[in-house]
Amino acid sequence: MSDLAIRCEGLAKQYRIGNHETYRSLRETLTEALSTPIRRVRAALQGDRGSHGPPTIWALKDVSFDVKRGEVVGIIGRNGAGKSTLLKILSRITWPTRGSADIHGRVGSLLEVGTGFHPELTGRENVYLNGAILGMKKAEIARKFDEIVAFAELEKFIDTPVKRYSSGMYMRLAFAVAAHMENEILFVDEVLAVGDTAFQKKCLGKMDEVAKHGRTVLFVSHNMLVLQKLCTAGIVLDAGTVVSTGTIGSCVRFYSQLLESRPGADAACADDGSIAIKAVRVLDAEGRPIDNWQYGSPLIVEVDTLLHLPCQRLAVDITFYTGDGQRLFGLQSDSMGTRTGYEPGFHTIRFEIENPGFTVAEMYFDVGLRTSVVGYDAMLPCAGYLILQHAPMHAHNLNLITPSASAVWSQLGQGG
Amino acid sequence: MATLPGEALRLEPQAAVAEPFLPLPHVAIRPARGWIPLNLSELWQYRELLVFLIWRDIKVRYKQTVLGAAWAVLQPVFSMVVFSLFFGRLAKVPSDGIPYPVFAYCALLPWQLFAYALNESSNSVVANERLITRVYFPRLVIPIAGVLAGLVDFAIAFVVLIFLMLGYGIIPTATVATLPLFVLLAILTALAVGLWLSALNVQYRDVRYTIGFLTQIWLFLSPVAYPSSLVPARWRPLYGLNPMAGVVEGFRWALIGKTPAPGAMLGVSVIVVLLLLVGGLYYFRRMEKTFADVI
Repeated sequence: MSDLAIRCEGLAKQYRIGNHETYRSLRETLTEALSTPIRRVRAALQGDRGSHGPPTIWALKDVSFDVKRGEVVGIIGRNGAGKSTLLKILSRITWPTRGSADIHGRVGSLLEVGTGFHPELTGRENVYLNGAILGMKKAEIARKFDEIVAFAELEKFIDTPVKRYSSGMYMRLAFAVAAHMENEILFVDEVLAVGDTAFQKKCLGKMDEVAKHGRTVLFVSHNMLVLQKLCTAGIVLDAGTVVSTGTIGSCVRFYSQLLESRPGADAACADDGSIAIKAVRVLDAEGRPIDNWQYGSPLIVEVDTLLHLPCQRLAVDITFYTGDGQRLFGLQSDSMGTRTGYEPGFHTIRFEIENPGFTVAEMYFDVGLRTSVVGYDAMLPCAGYLILQHAPMHAHNLNLITPSASAVWSQLGQGG
Repeated sequence: MATLPGEALRLEPQAAVAEPFLPLPHVAIRPARGWIPLNLSELWQYRELLVFLIWRDIKVRYKQTVLGAAWAVLQPVFSMVVFSLFFGRLAKVPSDGIPYPVFAYCALLPWQLFAYALNESSNSVVANERLITRVYFPRLVIPIAGVLAGLVDFAIAFVVLIFLMLGYGIIPTATVATLPLFVLLAILTALAVGLWLSALNVQYRDVRYTIGFLTQIWLFLSPVAYPSSLVPARWRPLYGLNPMAGVVEGFRWALIGKTPAPGAMLGVSVIVVLLLLVGGLYYFRRMEKTFADVI
């Protein structure tokens, strides 16, 4: 066995889209089971085969790369580029549709902090439970228990039920458990942004320590500064394929260029066109399209989507980045008010961002469309847009940015 | 009860942590099609997680209920009282010469163990959606934990039975030594059905609503309120197709020893359970690769 830790060859993952794929009722399946043979026969008679399968999206297409032992690799890409799907496959949460991956070493995945935390249980109990869920042995957790609690700075509250914790305390404890995993290989998905600034620094320090201890880490983040600090190598994903590999520096530069290239309309579209982002508009308060945004004024972003199928759930994600690719903040329409049941046709969502206190001269955003795709997790590749703004160049503190925003859906007639 | 596993249970000594010279485990990720092997050895490696999940279920349930462990006693006792009144007193259902309350309670114990375990395991996969979409572990751990969590309630309710039997002056015979086998059979029956239902539940949420109905019907198809001696002798092996018939009659036989041993009927029950269980295991494994995508 060589010093290879991870080898992926031709990994691909296909998700099916459409209402009927999320948990369906027995009645639907029964009627379908009865009607399918008839439809098949009819299709065979008419000579078209296979085109009536459910519409699909390839979240990953043909991803191949090697990671050597001890390498810390940053995975970079826009929303919906396939980063999370890749980590999910490597973590064995979901199966690939094609291709293979071989991993040498004990794997620890950190796709979320606090998985399995139960509000009724105390901090102490949750440490043990969460540790076991992350694959730690009981003896290992017991040995590290004091260290974990000290790291989280929760000595006084460790026997309090977690439901009485503030969200900061909760996240601190959750991160502390995860940070003490001893696996040779770690998959980390954007979980560092927890707690206050001081704790974030501490988390970064811990990750840095982990990275320097000869462990292999795959690290998904939108924060280019963090990636450049922690990682040695990088992989850039776009629309489900690897578009660049190499040193982290070259990958970050490649990614910045990728963000600048502005794709045209229809940039984001499912394989068969069943769902698509048709247009993205940036408007000022009067509804005029703008390229230059005036500092201090509200920002309105409208996204037109087209559905050819009814969808139970539909969500648009917008993530804003600085000119050098650091994530500023993100909006997710489904966490800003829920609505279900979308008819086929054009749907426009309007984000009104009230007080965007950006203090950077240049920024980008990308837009992702999620539908009631199986798992509600696959996303369309999305469009990157550039905004230039006239802003005072002071205080580069990204933590100050907490804009208030609203998102409203509207439908324009019945489409395809 | 329900203390922290870290303190209470020491499953293994703190031996050999992260030996650098051991060959590293190799994980091969391939597209999965069709039937996949059960891989029970991996399940064994995750036994600590199993213990933790059982402990969590029990602990949370007792923390969230006012009466806590009392529920484990109240349910079978009240059922026993109602059964004794309506079936024993009013309907004069025969009870094979055993005082009706003991007769009913003996059957209600394994029945409630089964019904609880079935319900928990059937809903377990959907209830643990977060875990399934975020972390890898053998998915079989989840329905198994759901089934085993019912044993604690069973143990508590069992204490009542001891007092009840003492009160009626019934002393168990040597057959009581076979009781653990019937407990095992009840657990396996619940697991066998629970595996099918929990995997189906991910795909079809209708299942959730069927479970209550199913257990209700099943209760009347099992010799809980009445003895299986009411069923004509030649039909009894057929009656054994309902595995809970074998379990319930086995319980009475093991505990009291007065009723005839449930021979052929039990044999049929065991075979049915084994077939359901093996089928359920493979079906669950086959379906689990879609859990994270569909749930």
